Amino acid sequence: MYAFEIERPSTIADAVNALKSEDAQALGGGQTLIPTLKQRLAMPASLVSLTGIGEMQGVCLGDAGEVCIGGATTHATVAREAAAHYPGLAGLASHIGDPAVRNRGTIGGSLANNDPSACYPAAALGSGATIITNVREIAADDYFQGMFTTALDEGEVITEVRFPVPEKANYQKFVQPASRFALVGVFVAKYADGVRVAVTGASEEGVFRWSEAEAALSGDFSAAALDGLSVPADGMISDLHGSSAYRAHLVKVITGRAVTAAG
Amino acid sequence: MPKDSGIGASSKRREDVRFLTGDGNYTDDINIYGQTYVHFLRADVAHATINSIDVSAAAEMPGVVQIFTGADFEAVGGIPCGWQVTDRHGEPMQEPKHPVIAHGKIRHVGEIVAAVVGESLAQARDAAEEIILDLTELPAVVDMKDAATGGPKVHDDLTSNVCYDWGFVEENKGAVDEAIKSAAHVTTLELVNNRLVANPMEPRVAVGEYSRSDDMHTLHTTSQNPHVIRLLMGAFVLGIPEHKLRVVAPDVGGGFGTKIFHYAEEAFCTFAAKAVNRPVKWTSTRSEAFMSDAHGRDHVTKIELALDADNNFTAVRTETYANMGAYLSTFASSVPTWLHGTLMAGNYKTPNIYVNVKAVFTNTVPVDAYRGAGRPEATFQLERVIDMAARELGVDPIALRRQNFVTEFPYATPVAVEYDTGDYEATMAKLEEIADMGGFAARRAESEKNGKLRGLGVNCYIEACGIAPSNLVGQLGARAGLYDAATVRVNATGSISVMVGAHSHGQGHETSFPQVISEMIGIPEDQIDIVHGDTSKIPFGMGTYGSRSLAVCGSAMVKAAEKVINKAKKIAAHLLEASDADIELKDGTFTVAGTDKSVAWGDVTLAAYVPHNYPLEDIEPGLEETAFYDPANFTYPAGAYACEVEVDPETGKVTIERFSAADDFGNVINPMIVSGQVHGGIAQGIGQALLENCAYDDDGQLLSASYMDYTMPRADDLPFYSVDHSCQTPCTHNPLGVKGCGEAGAIGSPPSVVNAVIDALQSGGKNVTHIDMPLTPARVWDAMNNA
Ligand SMILES: Cc1cc2nc3c(=O)[nH]c(=O)nc-3n(C[C@H](O)[C@H](O)[C@H](O)COP(=O)(O)OP(=O)(O)OC[C@H]3O[C@@H](n4cnc5c(N)ncnc54)[C@H](O)[C@@H]3O)c2cc1C
Repeated sequence: MYAFEIERPSTIADAVNALKSEDAQALGGGQTLIPTLKQRLAMPASLVSLTGIGEMQGVCLGDAGEVCIGGATTHATVAREAAAHYPGLAGLASHIGDPAVRNRGTIGGSLANNDPSACYPAAALGSGATIITNVREIAADDYFQGMFTTALDEGEVITEVRFPVPEKANYQKFVQPASRFALVGVFVAKYADGVRVAVTGASEEGVFRWSEAEAALSGDFSAAALDGLSVPADGMISDLHGSSAYRAHLVKVITGRAVTAAG
Repeated sequence: MPKDSGIGASSKRREDVRFLTGDGNYTDDINIYGQTYVHFLRADVAHATINSIDVSAAAEMPGVVQIFTGADFEAVGGIPCGWQVTDRHGEPMQEPKHPVIAHGKIRHVGEIVAAVVGESLAQARDAAEEIILDLTELPAVVDMKDAATGGPKVHDDLTSNVCYDWGFVEENKGAVDEAIKSAAHVTTLELVNNRLVANPMEPRVAVGEYSRSDDMHTLHTTSQNPHVIRLLMGAFVLGIPEHKLRVVAPDVGGGFGTKIFHYAEEAFCTFAAKAVNRPVKWTSTRSEAFMSDAHGRDHVTKIELALDADNNFTAVRTETYANMGAYLSTFASSVPTWLHGTLMAGNYKTPNIYVNVKAVFTNTVPVDAYRGAGRPEATFQLERVIDMAARELGVDPIALRRQNFVTEFPYATPVAVEYDTGDYEATMAKLEEIADMGGFAARRAESEKNGKLRGLGVNCYIEACGIAPSNLVGQLGARAGLYDAATVRVNATGSISVMVGAHSHGQGHETSFPQVISEMIGIPEDQIDIVHGDTSKIPFGMGTYGSRSLAVCGSAMVKAAEKVINKAKKIAAHLLEASDADIELKDGTFTVAGTDKSVAWGDVTLAAYVPHNYPLEDIEPGLEETAFYDPANFTYPAGAYACEVEVDPETGKVTIERFSAADDFGNVINPMIVSGQVHGGIAQGIGQALLENCAYDDDGQLLSASYMDYTMPRADDLPFYSVDHSCQTPCTHNPLGVKGCGEAGAIGSPPSVVNAVIDALQSGGKNVTHIDMPLTPARVWDAMNNA
């Protein structure tokens, strides 16, 4: 770790201001950023901690019944407080990492980081969530732009994420054995106007929507509806833990399981 | 009735109080006034020529005390190898110099290139970033067969990358070839024994200290054997006489073999402490551990098993490539040879066995002993090929094993060892019972109902522990004796301190060793303490590895205690005015046989130290004895293991549903500790079979360099085990009749896991005959889909 300054603002406005100074970086739960700093792979001059900002904390219901989650809300809080409103989302949060990670890591940090194997991107894309920042609202479909790449600009802070609540939803994570991130994770959500299927862990482009499956499931929300569909192995990640063909195969298997579990 | 103290009691592990309450004293807890910190600059390429190293800018950085490079160690010896193997042609192995800091050339990722000693670790690390390396990268050799057949040379001064080409027993070769040619059936299997990283919970740490006034060096280090480190580092590397070098290994948080070896960092901290005249401390990060702790296993083997028309084993022939990594670690050369070839008979009376091992250098981290060391590799290939033969012949794998068991003891194998005792039928029968094999068919049907494939795998194992008879291993190339030593010091009021050469780093010696003394003398266990881990306090013993502590050091302790008791009886005889031949010791009281005259243990010990009424003309005052014990033979723990798995045919994921182990460890001192050792060993065996894989890419970059990619077994990967050690054929040649239990679980478990997965896949109609470990979901799925 290199030396850095730390700021602990209590309002979004102060945080945004603090982030304007040169080489300042936002700090959420630190579950990704702190290990990166320890490896000396990043050298911010200052860290602006977001977890002390009250307006970025907690889970509530919006006017349209959507679940609104403050950008600095931990996975453990989401697991607990969203359970009654959006069990599929709460279930996802409850299986991220271990208790220490869940009690530090935040939804804003996870979405800002957009790790290709992370869980939350699948929920956001699979729910058609809206990512709200200090300057604008970004539809999930426009937000994710490839591995570790998002629509966020320098210094932009995710203050809140809004999830429209589906009729049914489920997230299934087939874990990479070592890290227990998703080797393939699939979030399936059935809305009145159709089904969304978002896949994480598999693609070199990061989280993506499997549109063929969405079309098939919108007509018949059952695992059997996926019969005959397949995902091309091309563009899938191939590494120590699985070939691209294996990942492509898993996308279908895990999607089927998520549909069945959604009921 | 289970006993509540002494031999056979499950006494609670007294050391756990300090471990579980944060009171342990680990090496990293040692901080010495004025200490400096070293940061090692490590190679990030696998193979390169070092053209120059410019430390001038780094030296100007704040807090830098001194910077060292390979040039500073030119006059210093290399890290030695403790075992010289002689090859098939009678030639000694090729033994390259293993420098403390790379000099001229880099040979693996993680090798130390420079060392910055600083006032703080952060300052040392900052300065290291300013060191300018001028390197010419060279092509790396990673694959063993490439290395053996002419790939890039790891060491320019050697004739090739082959360290040795070993044949064992060379005289058997002709008969073995003949038996295979004339066999009714031959089963051939090629397999990989995957490379592992030991990953003890506590990473390695070294703190070097030097006292100018008396020219005394002290090294505090995470070691399983402080005397071995003193011997190797003092004599071979730094040239420090024993009386000027103290090595202390305090509480050590797990070793698993990887803390046996003498490492460059230890020599560095000891050397640098004198050079900078201040203590020098190094604490390994987990990332450093992955690329500097010796790795384990890494064999590629072809094994052939020949059978006659009645399914009797007639011959075993193997050809193995064993990875040494870039340099020879302390016991690296002995692992694929004497700890592997000698076990190729397994539990079976195969008359003809020939083992060929080619040890090769590659641009990877050195490989050495890891829990089981050589014996897991032997067991795995043999128990896999037997299972495969049973399938090919359509016979029951248990029946095939039974038919070929060694049943008469002592049994001299064709691979140079003699099993003193054993009962393989008994452990197999016990296994069938505890594994509830009768219920398997119903459990399989239940799994199939849920869309899962269920398999049952079994294997036997035998290992050689109690390492080792010195004269024998001396003939085989060991450069040290492998006896052990203990001093039993009785204090004036009767309490006892036992100084032992063995080192406890998880094994519970502080609990189990006193149980033995308590049993012998009849005083409570809490009157007895064990002292270990400091060369200035303990007699010259060789430490803990190879499941040797109780069998070797425990035997020394028994002998020392016998000397103490004999002397105490003489004192008691004097106090009781009787003949010492008539004195009996029981429950801490000396009595004169056939009378009611008695004197308590504490009165006798007090008399020894306050010798007012004492036969000073016949016996010396005091009560303290030392014994050295050199074993007459290895001990041969053996057993039978069974694993039941479920395989998800859609994903290839394997889950372990049941695991049973029936072991024969001879006599058992503390059944709870023994069970714990077996549990831990099985966890590591299952880790090897299903999860752990140390992988390099073709350039010699470590792909599994952190827990993000190296899968450690977690509690939820493991089932509840059913373990049993009630089958006991006591060792015939040590006083306690004990055999050793520390490695059995890791040796005995991988084959049954793989056998079970193959059984499951075959039950599902998949023609899969072998999958290389670890059986990750991806590998199992690939195998199913290529079948
Ligand atoms: C052992 C372990 C296991 C894990 N397992 C999983 C898993 O199974 N699934 C999974 O999905 N994740 C997993 N994670 C990741 C974890 O869930 C965190 O979500 C993730 O590390 C990022 O969140 P954070 O709050 O810790 O962000 P930080 O590490 O603090 O920051 C990450 C990045 O986001 C930026 N940032 C943080 N907050 C904001 C914000 N509000 N607005 C804009 N930018 C921001 C930071 O500047 C930084 O660039 C695991 C992590 C660990 C350490």
